[in-house]
This record gives sequence, structure tokens and C-alpha cells, in this order.
Amino acid sequence: MYRQALNQALREEMRRDESVFVIGEDVAQYEGAYRVTEGLWKEFGDRRVRDTPISEEVIVGVGVGAAMLGLRPVVELMTINFSLLAIDQIVNHAAKIRYMSGGQFTIPMVTRMPEGSGMQLGAQHSQHLESWFAHVPGLKVVGPATPYDAKGLLKSAIRDDNPVVFIENQLLYTSKGEVPEEEYLVPIGRADIKREGSDITIIAYLRMVSLAIKAAENLAKEGISVEVLDLRTLRPMDVPTIINSVKKTHRVVVVEEDWPFFGIGAQVVDFIQLYAFDYLDAPILRVTSEDVPMPYSRELELSALPDEHKIISAVKRLLGHV
Amino acid sequence: MPLSKQDKIDIYREMVLMRKFEEKALEMYEAGKIGGFLHLYIGQEAVASGFMWAIEPQDYVIGAYREHGQAIARCADPRRVMAELFGKIDGVSRGRGGSMHLFDKEKRFLGGTAIVGGGLPIAAGVGFAIRYREENAICLCFFGDGAVNEGAFHESLNLASLWNLPILFICENNKYGMGTAVERASPLPNLFRRAQCYAMEVESVDGMDVLAVCDMAERCVKRVREEKRPIFVEAVTYRFRGHSIADPGRYRTKEEIEEWRKRDPIEQFGKVLVSEGTLSKDEIAAIAAETDRIIEEAVAFAEASPLPPPESLHEGVYA
Repeated sequence: MYRQALNQALREEMRRDESVFVIGEDVAQYEGAYRVTEGLWKEFGDRRVRDTPISEEVIVGVGVGAAMLGLRPVVELMTINFSLLAIDQIVNHAAKIRYMSGGQFTIPMVTRMPEGSGMQLGAQHSQHLESWFAHVPGLKVVGPATPYDAKGLLKSAIRDDNPVVFIENQLLYTSKGEVPEEEYLVPIGRADIKREGSDITIIAYLRMVSLAIKAAENLAKEGISVEVLDLRTLRPMDVPTIINSVKKTHRVVVVEEDWPFFGIGAQVVDFIQLYAFDYLDAPILRVTSEDVPMPYSRELELSALPDEHKIISAVKRLLGHV
Repeated sequence: MPLSKQDKIDIYREMVLMRKFEEKALEMYEAGKIGGFLHLYIGQEAVASGFMWAIEPQDYVIGAYREHGQAIARCADPRRVMAELFGKIDGVSRGRGGSMHLFDKEKRFLGGTAIVGGGLPIAAGVGFAIRYREENAICLCFFGDGAVNEGAFHESLNLASLWNLPILFICENNKYGMGTAVERASPLPNLFRRAQCYAMEVESVDGMDVLAVCDMAERCVKRVREEKRPIFVEAVTYRFRGHSIADPGRYRTKEEIEEWRKRDPIEQFGKVLVSEGTLSKDEIAAIAAETDRIIEEAVAFAEASPLPPPESLHEGVYA
């Protein structure tokens, strides 16, 4: 499972490197709000697995300060929504200290934060704020869609010498997938073709990848061959893999769970028009969440989210099958 | 331990150097050599000098954005601080930081942050790392009176006390957060009382009297190091110049500034040194001439240093 894969990554890296420690709200004795840190406190104790008060700004600040002294903090923010209380430390400090100091200090820090919607948690607990972080030079932003990638990317993020915002999805925590026993890393900055196809490319990340694969499976029954490209890292973005896929299929749908305005897909579209304009046979469509704060009521919430039907409609529209 | 004669002379010389550095920085700013904001430390020299005198090379220092004084005291190279203000490659931050972002890794000077209160959470991280690695170090964290009303201040003090972090928090209360007097920003005029509710030892010191600051600093540094507990010190001081160069200064009277100028920390200390026979008037004049020369060298160094090459723009964003 995705959550266990993350747990294994943390455990392996903590065993491998004494400078890695985990800090956050209820990460130790409670074993994590989403049980990602299960068992770590029992193995590593208070020194390396540290519960904090509910104080997001200083939690991330501890990470920044400790990283400046050469430790490798893994900071857990309970959800991405709470990262807004810590954004000064992430954006004004973690992202800038290396550059502002003329390269003297590096910030080898991972800030993990799950996001998710579709659970009737209301407007303040259902946001997808990845574009906020992906906007900022100095940060890396990662968002794995599968247990395999979750483990390999988290290990890479911990070993990276830059501040990495590591975004997880709450609905993915129980998703299943192969995770090898042996040591492996998934490099930051590389997209992955999750399914090969020739008629159209769906570009997605995090939970939208599994929706895209389901849509692709159903479209295959109608003779439509869909390629599914998982971005995996949002910053730096793997432009060559995107462009190669566009050159092959000539049509693109971007599926993202964030809002449409200035969302991740807008950046993807810009790269494609810049580097593959002549290869496009149709405009690029984006399937996003609706441009509203998330409503609580079940049916309203579902209607605000991307779903398989919306993806299939976009694909068919681009292929002229409306 | 009482200050030795040489300590006193060194501290006096350093304070004069800070003052002359800032006066020259203002001149260079007006000459168009320095851009952006310039927050001068003039009037507050006793605070940085006193606390820096009391620490060891293995200790860490975090400043805010009025940190030229701390940087000069810690880095001991006004040439590279001046070069930074000039935006030159030989600046302490290679011209990428500027006045508000002075860093020196070798001297454990961790900046230089221009977000009010932003250094306190980082100090908590430094304190955490010191304990994690069992270093015999402490962290000095300087900030102004404005910071005490930021959320980061309260989160950081709470955590520092809860986790027994070896941090000396130094609140330089210069009476104004930009143009807003402390009494218009805080219902408690004694800012050290803000820290008391976090079960933290607090102290208050006359920040215009460098001997008082040294005495306080020495005692606090020793206690933080031995007890591995944070202490909060409020140093009451005054900036003789505006918040920044752009400050029209309408929020305080000339009379008020004149009253504080009578307590000029450098003049006061100079008088003490002469009256007790540590320095003669000639020696005071010699220190002035010597520091003038150092500052002229700093300007020459900054002038001669190359600009960062345009092609280096993207260097250093990522490791």
C-alpha cells in the first residue's frame, strides 16, 4: 500500500542516515494522522521522531534551521491546507536561503503534506495547492501516484540537497501496488508513461493518474488508444517526456485535481505550445476541479471534482467523437 | 569575569567601526552605490557588541534585517559586508543577498532575514540541531520589538521552552516598529513580559550601556550553555536614524531623538574609558582615525570587486 511504501522509505532512510529525523503533529506516539509514521517512534525514539505542538510555522522553521546545520529533516504537515500557516518558512526562507546566501547554506529538507478531496471535508480541508509551491524557484515539488513511486520518490527527496515539497493524496494511502523488497530510488524530475497509447495523451499526476488509467481502459474498448503520462514531479517538470508523447499522439488532455486558474495544467500547456506547437492536431483540453471552494454536500462535491466521465468526454471531444 | 582592559578597547573600537560603517553606508547610498533598503544600526551598537563579545566561535547567530552591526561583529570583515551592500561578487553573500541578507557560514552567521519574526522559527531549528548533535553551542537570535506581535514569535518561544533549546533570544526594543511606537502595538510596554508566559527566564538590560550589556550577555550565555534552556533578554535601545533611508520620521519628535542622543552608547562608553584611564583622548582619536581608514579600505574593496557576471543569474537556485 501507498502508506506502507512511504513508511518503508522513512524507515530505510532513517536507518541508513543518522541525520534524518521526522517531526510533526502526532507523528510519534499517535503514529501519524494517516499512519504514515507507524512504528517509527518505537524504533527511533523521541530524538528522531518528534511530536510537536500545533504550530506549523515553527515546525517548518525547525526543519529549515536544522537543515542549515546539515541535518536532513522530514517535516510532516498534517494536510496541505495547514501549510498556509507555514508558508513564510517554506517560501521566504527554505526556498531562498541557498540563493540569498550565495550558495553557502543548503536546505536538505522534505516537507510532506497530504491533500485530497471527495471526502466531504469541506472547503478548508479539500484543497490542492501544489501550484502555490510549484510557482517558487528554489523548491522542488513531487507528487507520487503509486506505491512504487511513493517509496522511490520519498527516498530520493530525503537524499536531495534542496527543499522538497512532497505531496501525498489521502485517498491514495490505501491504494495497492507492487513495491520491491530491494533498495531502489525513483529520480526526481522524471515523468513516467504509465500506459502506452497512440491516439491521445492524458497527462496527470497524483490521484488523477488512476482515473486516467481507468478512462484509458474503457476507451480502449471503443478502439481509442490512450497514452497516460504521470508527471510524478511537478517542479522541475520533465518537459522532454511530455514533448515526446505529444509528438507521438498529437492530442493532449491534462487532468488535474487543482483549480483551473493558474493550475499545474496551465504550465504543461505552455510547455507544449512552446516546444511542440507544430505537432498538435487539436487544442489542448484541461479537466480540473471546478472553480469553487469545495462544498460539503456529497453530490455537489462530486460534481466539483474531475471524474472518469469528464475525462472520457474531453478525449472524445478532441478526437471528434462528440 | 570582569572585562579586561584589552576587551574594553576592542569593544569600543568595534562599536566605533559599526558607527562609521553605517555613516559611510548612508553616504554611499546617497551616492547611488547602494540600492534597495538600508536599515542603519546607528544608536544600537552596544547591543550587538555586548552580546557578540560574550559568545564563542562554535555558537550560531541569527539576525533580522537591521543586521549590519551583528555581521560586522561576527564576521569581522567590513570589506565583505560593504561589498555585499554594493552588490559585488566579493560580498558575504556574493551580491545575491544585499543589506538584509548577510550570511557567513564559516562564522556561523545564519543571516539576515527580512520577514519580521522569520528568524525565530529557524533559531528553534538551530537549537534542535545543537541538541540533536550534542554540540556545546548556543544560538543567539536577534530581532526587533516588532517581532513580538508575530505568530512566529509565540510558536518559537513556546517550542524553545518546551524542548529546552539552547537559544538566547535578544529583543532589541528600539521603541518603534517602523513608524509605530511600541505602546501603540503592545498592551504590555515591557516586552520581556511576553516571554514569561512560556515559562522562560527573562531579563531586561539598558541597551545604551555596553558594559551593562556585556555583563548581562556573559551571564545569560553561560546559563543557556550550561542549563540548555532558552533565555529571553529585552535590550532597550534607540535608533538615531529612521527605520530605513526612506523614513520621513514624522512619528517622533526631534526632542525625543535629542534626548536619546545624549545617551549615545559610543560617547558614553568613551567617556567611561577616559575617566577610568583605560584610554586617553589621543587614543580615542587614534581609534577614530584607524576605523576611518578601515572603512575607506572597505569602500575601496567594494568598489574594486567585480559585479556578479550576468550569466551567473541562475546559479545557486538549486544545490
